[in-house]
Amino acid sequence: MTTTEVLIHDLVEKHGKSRNALMPVLQGVVACEKFLSEEAMIAVARELDLSAADVYGTASFYTFLDTKPRGKNIVRVCKTISCHMQGKDAIIKAIENHLMVKVGETSPDKKFTLLTANCLGWCHKGPVMLINDEVFPSVTPEKAIEIIEEFAKKTI
Amino acid sequence: MSKYMVNLKINNTPIQVEEGTTILEAAKLLNFRIPTLCNHPDLSVAGNCRVCVVEVKGAKLLAASCATPVSEGMDVNTNSEKVRIARKHIIELLLSEHNVDCTKCFKNGHCELQELASEYRFGDHIFIDLVKDRDKVRDISSPSISRDASKCIRCQRCVRTCDELQSVSALAVVNKGDHQYITTFLNKPLNDVVCTNCGQCINRCPTGALYERNYIEDVWQAIYDPNKFVVVETAPATRVALGEDLGIETGVRVTGKMVSALRKMGFNKVLDTDFTADLTIMEEGTELLTRLKKALVDKDDTVKLPLMTSCSPGWVKYQEHMYPELIDNLSSCKSPQQMFGALAKTYYADKINIKAENMVVVSIMPCTAKKFECNRPEMRDSGFKDVDYVLTTRELAMMIKQAGIEFDKLEDESYDSILGESTGAAVIFGTTGGVMEAALRTAYEIITGNEVPFTNLNIQPVRGMEGVKEASIKIKNTKPEWNFLEGVELNVAVAHGLANAKQLMDAVKSGKTNYHFIEVMGCPGGCIGGGGQPIPTSAEIRKRRADAIYAEDMGKTIRKSHENPEVAEVYKEYLTHPLGHKSHELLHTHYKVRKRY
Amino acid sequence: MDQKPLKKIDIIFGWDDKCTPIQVVEKTIKKTPENIILDMIDSGLKGRGGAGFPTGLKWKFCRNEESEVKYVICNADEGEPGTFKDREILDKVPEKIFAGMTICGYVIGAREGYIYVRGEYNFMLKTLQQKIDIFNQQLHDMKVDFHVFLRSGSGAYVCGEESALFESMEGKRGEPRNKPPYPTVAGYNNKPTVINNVETLVYTSEICRMGPEQFKALGTNDSRGSKVFSVSGDTPIAGIYELELGMPLRDFVDEFGDGDTKAIQVGGASGHCVPRKKFNDTIIGFEGIPTGGSMMIFNSSRSMYNVLHDYLEFFTEESCGQCTPCRIGCQQLLKGIEAVKKGERPPTYLDDLKRLTATMKIAAKCGLGQSVANPFTSIVDNFREEIIY
Ligand SMILES: Cc1cc2nc3c(=O)[nH]c(=O)nc-3n(C[C@H](O)[C@H](O)[C@H](O)COP(=O)(O)O)c2cc1C
Ligand code: SF4
Ligand code: SF4
Ligand code: SF4
Ligand code: SF4
Ligand code: FES
Ligand code: FES
Repeated sequence: MTTTEVLIHDLVEKHGKSRNALMPVLQGVVACEKFLSEEAMIAVARELDLSAADVYGTASFYTFLDTKPRGKNIVRVCKTISCHMQGKDAIIKAIENHLMVKVGETSPDKKFTLLTANCLGWCHKGPVMLINDEVFPSVTPEKAIEIIEEFAKKTI
Repeated sequence: MSKYMVNLKINNTPIQVEEGTTILEAAKLLNFRIPTLCNHPDLSVAGNCRVCVVEVKGAKLLAASCATPVSEGMDVNTNSEKVRIARKHIIELLLSEHNVDCTKCFKNGHCELQELASEYRFGDHIFIDLVKDRDKVRDISSPSISRDASKCIRCQRCVRTCDELQSVSALAVVNKGDHQYITTFLNKPLNDVVCTNCGQCINRCPTGALYERNYIEDVWQAIYDPNKFVVVETAPATRVALGEDLGIETGVRVTGKMVSALRKMGFNKVLDTDFTADLTIMEEGTELLTRLKKALVDKDDTVKLPLMTSCSPGWVKYQEHMYPELIDNLSSCKSPQQMFGALAKTYYADKINIKAENMVVVSIMPCTAKKFECNRPEMRDSGFKDVDYVLTTRELAMMIKQAGIEFDKLEDESYDSILGESTGAAVIFGTTGGVMEAALRTAYEIITGNEVPFTNLNIQPVRGMEGVKEASIKIKNTKPEWNFLEGVELNVAVAHGLANAKQLMDAVKSGKTNYHFIEVMGCPGGCIGGGGQPIPTSAEIRKRRADAIYAEDMGKTIRKSHENPEVAEVYKEYLTHPLGHKSHELLHTHYKVRKRY
Repeated sequence: MDQKPLKKIDIIFGWDDKCTPIQVVEKTIKKTPENIILDMIDSGLKGRGGAGFPTGLKWKFCRNEESEVKYVICNADEGEPGTFKDREILDKVPEKIFAGMTICGYVIGAREGYIYVRGEYNFMLKTLQQKIDIFNQQLHDMKVDFHVFLRSGSGAYVCGEESALFESMEGKRGEPRNKPPYPTVAGYNNKPTVINNVETLVYTSEICRMGPEQFKALGTNDSRGSKVFSVSGDTPIAGIYELELGMPLRDFVDEFGDGDTKAIQVGGASGHCVPRKKFNDTIIGFEGIPTGGSMMIFNSSRSMYNVLHDYLEFFTEESCGQCTPCRIGCQQLLKGIEAVKKGERPPTYLDDLKRLTATMKIAAKCGLGQSVANPFTSIVDNFREEIIY
């Protein structure tokens, strides 16, 4: 078994072999691998006795269950109105320039994927960004770059 | 248990219906038609298209009539101002997301969306065109099924069909919001995924988003080519459904008219797949008895039982994907279509003095999976592609129209000979349980010398539309060479539609069953409900087609495959005996394990 | 009109050392379920998740269903733009939520409760799980047959819709179901289910702690009690505030505005936009404009075209996509205002679009599609010039 298959097997052991376990299992894979590869979706389908199309259809419904390859860190900048009003455009531009990517792309060193997100639930402290599961409220363009640099250093 | 009755009013007309009835059903009882798109009588309720909305007095929201059960005192209006405006908006919205080029569309004239749009005659469209370039790419990877996402209205009928009726789930809804659409696993070509080519999704797609790969032009080309000798074969179930696409009532048999039309279109010989259906019974029946003998007498534990029928290529491919461990249980017999092609280009070509390379075999099928089947590399045992083109019943109807033939005015004609004669046993191949019944009629008589112990040879337990049917026949008074079967209870099972097949296969896999023989047809109802049959389909329509099949059986003088004189002749002249050397070469095949994922 | 002046309240985040959440459970389950339901109904508590359904009735309906298995679900999917109060509750006083769930479980006869937290709040799952473990242990020690589980979403606003949430928990696409049946009859796993918002559940446990009288003394006839508001936008004091219900919007603006407030979006993207001229006669409560708690303040420097555009983009992306009026309607609204702005369509096209929203409001399958008309008409009607020019 590949490491992905082992991971999924263990997740299924933990959450149970039923359809109700699909979300936690997919979330578990994304937590480790950042996205759901073809291999991962097939392995999940096999373990839970579902069709691969069904797993793909379900996963692709959820913004955080990416089915496209992603970098080691996923940066999501809130683009909804409060953060818009508080300057999310400047944050995005700064990160784009710094990582030399556009929204939706992954940096050449595969360390970062830059995405936008809908309201993250910190509207009183915008603009907000999420890196992986961590929240960074009230960021400025400078602070955003600093934070990203921190992550770059931590990521091998 | 007596049902609770509910009183309500629809368009001011009072009605009393059983609790649990939907507004849509209740309205139908009063002859009020409410338009629908996502609703289909064979499928679970989705309630997503919203064209069926109606106004219920006192409610703020309109109710989707297909998804809303009636309640006491309900006062429903199916055509109020609000309803009309909403319905128009909804159709308009669907059209704005739709690549509306009806004149180029295969479903033109048979399209539920087009019908609705024409009822409302919009004139100018108010909304902005939203068709995505992504969707404009057609998927013609499969030899059976074509997909045109730009014609899809996201009703999810195909998704529910593939899941609920067929347990395949090759299609899924993906993404959300404006990115939502219907596709395969990772948007792969249909031919590269688990799709069985059954075509059931086509039968239930309201638009031109799913349709058969059509070979109409190729067949006309062959007919026009003076160097080609074009032979056509017609499957059992086509003759009880073709009329539906040509203005004839459902359930009326049109065998003779169909033969006549095919001749008028210019086919050189009009022959019958029913002939090879009888032949299949001879081969498969013998295979069953051989396997039983090996198991019971020789105690050979490598013999795979139950034997499973293999005439439904959608079912065969399903088995190859889903139950590779049971693949050797499949009969090695080719489907009647392919037996026909292999014989046509060898025995028959010789007999009528035509070079096989100049012969074109066209088969008219209720089935889309047969298009895939004829392209399998295993299906070239004549040295050529045994069957060149497969046309669905629907395609044939289109060709008849193109040829300007007034179908309903045609006189009945008979099939050519040889390979044209058939029995009642062959005809019933067209409906679920038919192959089983035909096989039992013959096998029982081979073993005992007596007819099967059922009134009029009608083996009722394997008939009808139950998803999985079972029967047991006690074998009595065997001939000496079959005395090992004396007193044996022959256990058989029949399933139609792949979801039912799955249930049966899981039971077999569990080891708790003791069947000897299993018939599976990939489509609900068997071939009469095939993926190539006229649209629409419903339990009611399938029942009427099945009734017609049994009527045709009763009308035949010969009703047992082993009594087909042409079959006997072919054995005598060419094949020698069932499972003989030539049979093995031409009539049998093998299967391959395919990936489920 | 029945109204109350703006008043800050401290029920939700307050802490009573003498009667902690687990003690509230202990004391409450000495009462009969019927009496607890009566207390809930008496308190006048209505759901805080947006729809405002009377909580006591919901519990009663579910209790009346016969089923071996029932569920309590806490809706912590908080995805409405401009709403962030549930996160604060989950962070500061989660035990009160657990207590509310346990009491509900006792009332309706459920042994399992689930909290469905939006994926955006993954960072708090670990601590939350630890607190749940402690609470479950306390229940176990008290021999209360109830267990709280934690589940999380993965970034889909529509999963806050109750039936979509069940679908999601069942491992499916979050597509809302047809209604009826309602959750109290067939919810999660098709079993009778009570689903309540985070804040609603906290109020239930608080009502059990302090009695219904104290709660219903607050607010107006139609809007009993207080509510937690998420205040954002053009305000010097953005944040989370618990306020008595029934206040005029004017009071709110005076307290939170920056002196130049031109409009307030009450209830998030799916709520209504109230322009300055209507501040005086708008009441915040179920009799006026109900809200899940989001109050977004815009001053005169803001373009209402941008605001509407943002909202429509949000709905276009977050629609589950299954039903025609919403999936295609949202796209048409978005493309439509862009076309009007660019002059590709005449200003009167806005009226065509308004008629479309009227259809969406009554023909869409769930609350998402039904509520797009709220921001659209309220912004287009009040700021038509800003949309066109
Ligand atoms: C699109 C949509 C999103 C919703 N999101 C939430 C949500 O995030 N949290 C919530 O409590 N209720 C949400 N609701 C309301 C729920 O469907 C449901 O009414 C509520 O959870 C019931 O709880 P309550 O009675 O305590 O308010 C949403 C409704 C819709 C239509
Ligand atoms: S699917 Fe129907 S409406 Fe669409 S182009 Fe084809 S015939 Fe016309
Ligand atoms: S042809 Fe049959 S198996 Fe293939 S997608 Fe359609 S319904 Fe599914
Ligand atoms: S392909 Fe056909 S059946 Fe499937 S969703 Fe589209 S329109 Fe409906
Ligand atoms: S209204 Fe929107 S979110 Fe709700 S069911 Fe319809 S498409 Fe889905
Ligand atoms: S708008 Fe950005 S967090 Fe809410
Ligand atoms: S037919 Fe009722 S919603 Fe589609």
